[in-house]
Amino acid sequence: MSMTTILQHCLTGISLGGAYALIAIGYTLVYGILRLINFAHGDIFMMAGYFMIFSLASFPWPVAILITLVVTTVMGIAIERVAYKPLREAPRMSIMISAIGVSYLLQNLSTYLFTAIPRGYPEIPFLKRIFRVGELSASFVTVLTPVLTIILVMILMALINRTKTGMAMRAVSKDFETAKLMGININGIVSVTFAIGSLLAAVGSILYFTDRMSVTPFSGTLPGLKCFVAAVFGGIGNIPGAVVGGFFIGIVETLLVALGYSTFSDAFTFLLLIVMLLVRPTGLFGEKSVEKV
Amino acid sequence: MKKTIKKSTIYSLAAAALFLVFLYWLDANRLSQGMLISVLQKGAILALVATSMNLLNGFTGLFSLGQAGFMSIGAYTTAILIIPVRSLDGVYYMNGVHPAIMNLRLLMANSPPFLQSVYPFIALLLGGALAALIALLVGLAVLRLKSDYLAIATLGLSEIVRAIFSSPQFDQITNGSYGLNKIPNFPPMLFGLIPSLITPFIITGVSVAFIVLLINSSYGRAFKAIREDEIAAEAMGISLYKHKEMSFVISSFFSAVAGGMLAMYMRSIEAKTFSITLTYDILLIVVIGGIGSVTGSVVSAFLVTAAKEWWLRFFDQPLSLFGFQVPLFRTGFRMVIFSVLLMVVVLIYRRGLFGTNEFSWAGLIKRLRLKRPAKKEVE
Amino acid sequence: MSILLSTQHLTMQFGGVVAVDDLNINIPKGEITALIGPNGAGKTTAFNVITGGYQPTNGRVIFDGAVIAENCPRSKMKRIYNGSYTEPFRHTVVNKSDVITRLGMARTFQNIRLFKDLTVFENVLIAKHCHIKAGLFAATFRLNRGEERAMSQDALSLLERVGLLESRNEKASSLPYGKQRRLEIARALATGPRLLLLDEPAAGMNPKETDELSQFIVDIKDSFGLTVFLIEHHMNLVMDISDSIYVLDYGKTIAYGTPAEVQNNERVIQAYLGVDEA
Repeated sequence: MSMTTILQHCLTGISLGGAYALIAIGYTLVYGILRLINFAHGDIFMMAGYFMIFSLASFPWPVAILITLVVTTVMGIAIERVAYKPLREAPRMSIMISAIGVSYLLQNLSTYLFTAIPRGYPEIPFLKRIFRVGELSASFVTVLTPVLTIILVMILMALINRTKTGMAMRAVSKDFETAKLMGININGIVSVTFAIGSLLAAVGSILYFTDRMSVTPFSGTLPGLKCFVAAVFGGIGNIPGAVVGGFFIGIVETLLVALGYSTFSDAFTFLLLIVMLLVRPTGLFGEKSVEKV
Repeated sequence: MKKTIKKSTIYSLAAAALFLVFLYWLDANRLSQGMLISVLQKGAILALVATSMNLLNGFTGLFSLGQAGFMSIGAYTTAILIIPVRSLDGVYYMNGVHPAIMNLRLLMANSPPFLQSVYPFIALLLGGALAALIALLVGLAVLRLKSDYLAIATLGLSEIVRAIFSSPQFDQITNGSYGLNKIPNFPPMLFGLIPSLITPFIITGVSVAFIVLLINSSYGRAFKAIREDEIAAEAMGISLYKHKEMSFVISSFFSAVAGGMLAMYMRSIEAKTFSITLTYDILLIVVIGGIGSVTGSVVSAFLVTAAKEWWLRFFDQPLSLFGFQVPLFRTGFRMVIFSVLLMVVVLIYRRGLFGTNEFSWAGLIKRLRLKRPAKKEVE
Repeated sequence: MSILLSTQHLTMQFGGVVAVDDLNINIPKGEITALIGPNGAGKTTAFNVITGGYQPTNGRVIFDGAVIAENCPRSKMKRIYNGSYTEPFRHTVVNKSDVITRLGMARTFQNIRLFKDLTVFENVLIAKHCHIKAGLFAATFRLNRGEERAMSQDALSLLERVGLLESRNEKASSLPYGKQRRLEIARALATGPRLLLLDEPAAGMNPKETDELSQFIVDIKDSFGLTVFLIEHHMNLVMDISDSIYVLDYGKTIAYGTPAEVQNNERVIQAYLGVDEA
């Protein structure tokens, strides 16, 4: 492989990693607050793909993007209200099953509404413009993804570390019960968390599908699980960790495909998960916690 | 005390005999009862997987999502060992069969006829044993993990297995993405005394009986203790690691046996058959039946299969009533109804059909008696 | 008098906090020894280390002449180690709590940890499982009927002994608080211990119940030939039944002696009532 090819693949990997990072943040935020693997998160990301297809059919792209972001965010909040909120006091297994149920519902609903046949993802012209640097070529979206990811993460970090809402989020993730006793509006904070997670998933969805060109009801499952792995890899509950995890998995996956091991690229992600959980269960940047007897 | 035990045993035996008679009747009328047979057979297979998943999730408190992976191990092992030798070249037409498999199969084909008739059962057991072995090794690592991490790790394991089965590197064994076909149907048992149609019911019956006996044994009680409180269980001298491993290995064994039966039922398999969706389907059965109830899993397996494959088929067909085309009725609607049903169970009827209770004759009689006075009042 | 349990320089450090510091206790066979101290003194942590819940940072636990736990600070802990005893031990001995229970040491928990959804009878029966001889298959196919019957009978007679026979088919969580405490003790006894560790057995009880409990502890100690080690805040109970008392404060042992000696110890009074700064 020549140097140019390697660089080319790295560029693709970084771009994919950026989209993964944005989805992984959703997992990490929700897990941090509710201790729940939101199995439906990947399907929210998939639904955002369909929203974009349909809104772009009738509106110019800036409006379409706005609609997609808003609708996805609202959907994320609604799912939490309907499927997770009633189970706050239930055992953890129930709420996880509820999340799987939502994922199942979204997949079947979108199969029903949009059929299982892949739908072409519309091209947004400015995203597809090709750039050339020397022998390297890349579409604008490839370069935009990592940059946008970093900017969004910086905004998010500022939000969490500087604002009152952010402080409340940190308090809830440290100790749910105590935060409640201190008068923090738990339901409000959980909604904000799901809103942020879904919004970022929608952005990730636009960037991801622009490069992949089609959406099916099942296109959210695997990326969703991989992004969860990314979140665990970086240390669940830790935002920069999720970003690092997302980029790492994106790059390694792209390289594995380039080397001809495409069937193993998914398996690699899960192998990484299992190894990570065994060697360092708290992830790269996670804090250690001791269970009290 | 003793009398009721005896009575209930008689009732159970009578019910089993009645069901067996019914199955023989089905066998005699198999041409006209195709749909019923197909639904019941698939129901029986899923009942076994659901029960084995319940052993882990409901009785040991280990939230595992690896069922599909273990089923695929059983399915592939069984398929490779029972596809007729003369069909092998046709099945592996793209890449050829691995010489080792071919030699083994030729050896098997040249053995005495008595052995040949038990090979399918040996194949099922071998599939189970292989899955159990893998579960044993993987369990060493993943069973230390806490509930949700375990879920995602087992799900990952299932995906790894699927990737291996569909990878081009193992083409000559698993036939890669083409999958395996020409798998023979269920074998008859006891020299044809039990026709092949009944075989899956016998296998499921024996396996579920084993799991029930296990759950009610001292080891089963230890599993429940782990489900209730790991720290207290360990303080009571129960080795968490040993008992979790037991439950995981046994559950995987039976999942794989069911996977092998699924291969015989479907006649052709591919890696895609065993995706995450399959695990979710089984979880749905367990949840609807009641997490922690074997009866629930078995009943729910038959109900869900019948509803999905038969009774609710009409949701997928366009429907006109009085000349109006009823909207909503088209392909996929059935599964939407099903998902909504699952969510209703998860959110409202959290205990499912049976909760953590098991069916008992005494309980049934009590229910019937409770209803009787109400009837009299109406009269 | 022979010693059943002893700890040597036992130290437990979490991050920078030394929860138990250089604890040296000796528990004589057949006696009742109490561990007291203000909240957060490290009593329950000491229990958890002894019963295998935590691995000690430094020091050694000896049960009936055998070392059941031993450790020394390693890697990162070596740098941040803050315990008073600095002479490190060399070996590492790790035993999980199930192994320790099978050796003959059973415990109860401060915040009752019963198997809530199981019946009272099952709770006790499960504790008998740890000494089962039959293997998985033998037990599944009921080849151990004799053993199974003996287990049930033992469990029933234990329930009778603690006065819970009537409630044997009730769910553990449906029992009133006092009975739950008794059930937890019965469950611990079912593992066949020589040493019984009770973590605040009288917590949440009124004076009358506490008196009954004192009598109950002495009774079971005598009839089962036990040695008892207990943590308790109810001073009446402690002073009534203990043969000797260890007092812990901020992880350190500040006093040891008979109830009378401890009651009059200057440092103990300071620890409980606070020091007059002026």
